[in-house]
Amino acid sequence: MGNAIEIKHLTRKFGKFTAVNDVSFNVKKGEVFGFLGPNGSGKTTVIRMLMGLISPTSGKGKVLGYDIAKDNDKIKEEIGYMSQKFSLYEDLTVEENLDFYGGIYGLSKDKLAIKKKEILKMADLKGREKMITSNLSGGWKQRLALGCAIIHEPKILFLDEPTGGVDPIARRNFWDLIYKLSEEGVTILVTTHYMDEAEHCNTIGFIYYGNLLTLDTPNNMREKAIDGDIIEIKVNDTLKTIEILKTKDKVREASVYGAGVHALVETDLPLTELEHYLIKHEIGLSSIKKVKPSLEDVFIFLVNEENKNVAP
Amino acid sequence: MGYEIETLSLTKNYGDIAAVDNLDIQVEGGTIFGLIGPDGAGKTTTMRMLCSLITPDSGTAKIGGNDIIANSEKIKFDIGYMPQKFSLYGDLTVMENLNFYAEIYQVPKKIRKEKIASLLEFSNLTKHSYKLADQLSGGMKQKLSLACNLIHTPKYLFLDEPTIGVDPVARRELWKILFELKDEGVTIFVSTPYMDEAERCDEIGLMNKGRVVKKDKPNKIIEDFNKHIICIFSEDNYKARDFSNTLDYIEDAYLLGEELHVVVEDYEETKEKILNDFSDKKIKINDIKKISPSFEDVFVNIIKNEEVRS
Repeated sequence: MGNAIEIKHLTRKFGKFTAVNDVSFNVKKGEVFGFLGPNGSGKTTVIRMLMGLISPTSGKGKVLGYDIAKDNDKIKEEIGYMSQKFSLYEDLTVEENLDFYGGIYGLSKDKLAIKKKEILKMADLKGREKMITSNLSGGWKQRLALGCAIIHEPKILFLDEPTGGVDPIARRNFWDLIYKLSEEGVTILVTTHYMDEAEHCNTIGFIYYGNLLTLDTPNNMREKAIDGDIIEIKVNDTLKTIEILKTKDKVREASVYGAGVHALVETDLPLTELEHYLIKHEIGLSSIKKVKPSLEDVFIFLVNEENKNVAP
Repeated sequence: MGYEIETLSLTKNYGDIAAVDNLDIQVEGGTIFGLIGPDGAGKTTTMRMLCSLITPDSGTAKIGGNDIIANSEKIKFDIGYMPQKFSLYGDLTVMENLNFYAEIYQVPKKIRKEKIASLLEFSNLTKHSYKLADQLSGGMKQKLSLACNLIHTPKYLFLDEPTIGVDPVARRELWKILFELKDEGVTIFVSTPYMDEAERCDEIGLMNKGRVVKKDKPNKIIEDFNKHIICIFSEDNYKARDFSNTLDYIEDAYLLGEELHVVVEDYEETKEKILNDFSDKKIKINDIKKISPSFEDVFVNIIKNEEVRS
């Protein structure tokens, strides 16, 4: 298959501030690769270097075999970009938006007609060509934005928090489309801080303060990234439970999770000991058990660990 | 004790579309009620009617026993409403924003200083109080918006998708604040597109096309889901998905990262069939197991079945 993206020791500084610090990774052709990290972690800076919009301070990168420092123009022709704030013209119709993007990318008239037909079908927008974009619901808009981003058949598609604020049904439909593109060989790069978007990726790179902390499949990350066990506790009084957990040694972290509490504990703390401790403090337990960490647990763990190492 | 929030055949039409259609929901005091549903389900319209910002076409609702139509002025001082895009003044500081809302809600000068100090403390913004609102991160902005809505100590808090664009760490913090408010007896009505947040509510209503199609405790909704979800790891997920969609005993199939999830009536009965059919089709299965349905799985299934029915 080969790699669509290869970067080595990529660094970008803004003045004294290091936005991206010595990041290296490869993305296989057709892979759905996720960049996960909080706001301001350096995700966007990496993407902008890959797109040739800004140049690295040091390090090297290749996108589809092109050098990101020299061949920006070639790269631009091969990439599509869809941002969270879908860049659509709200007062134009669905068709006019597609015409506009087709024009920007210099598609011939015949080619544009073919692509338009294809995209309207793919995005389930047939019959809505004449609708004003601002009247579309979130899910439709999102699919139209995707259509505009791929009208020139890019080989790499960048998605910046593509499903933020979109409802679960629309999200499911959107990912179906993304997987279809990946199946056709398009390489997908997603930047996100949403866990469910990260779950949809084949590989995730977790980036924080410019450093790539870990890179793995979502499943491996859940199994290996956390040093300790996650204990799920279901109780009536969530807040009191958290306070009490924090007084117990070998409990490193406790926070609200779903309908209960997730506690990060050291692996040598027996579950029964924790259970007795809570009962002793008059916590009415519905259930307590060790669970496989979720990606959110991993995210919070990595952020906390890193915060201990570097005081920002 | 009756219900603190109660809608009675609440209805709002936009042209031919019933945005909210004979809605009957009840919320007990001091609980968190979550309204969940796809775009256009009617969540925001419901919330706006409850906050007396728009008038129902028929039916009504009661908040703390007061009718939202007849007693709207009285209710306004008891509620806080945080819409999707809450207007903070970006060129005012955190402190100035809070003072501004205190003025609007006519918070007595005597208690204003103390109230603001406690809200800043509560939302962890004390050391940021001199920053301009525009300079705050997304999570901090949301916490400031919430603080502005709490300035008049409302008994009822309405939040329309409060955590969009907020990262997981800030999201946890915001929810911790909501739990604290609930402990103080505030009744909270929240809408969200995030399923993990739905699970944090005491009770949720799944809304679709103006109606609540299911209303229960979150764990009850998952328990009631009488189908099984199977997780398959295969050599070729795309092929496996397409093939799954052709099998009549598989109700739904979708990819999630490296996994293929399929919905079936019963795991034990279908496992062998899947293994045989996939093997005939020469799709190698590396692992197959039953997994507990997530809230999102259940939600998508309920809504999809609704669509089929209508």
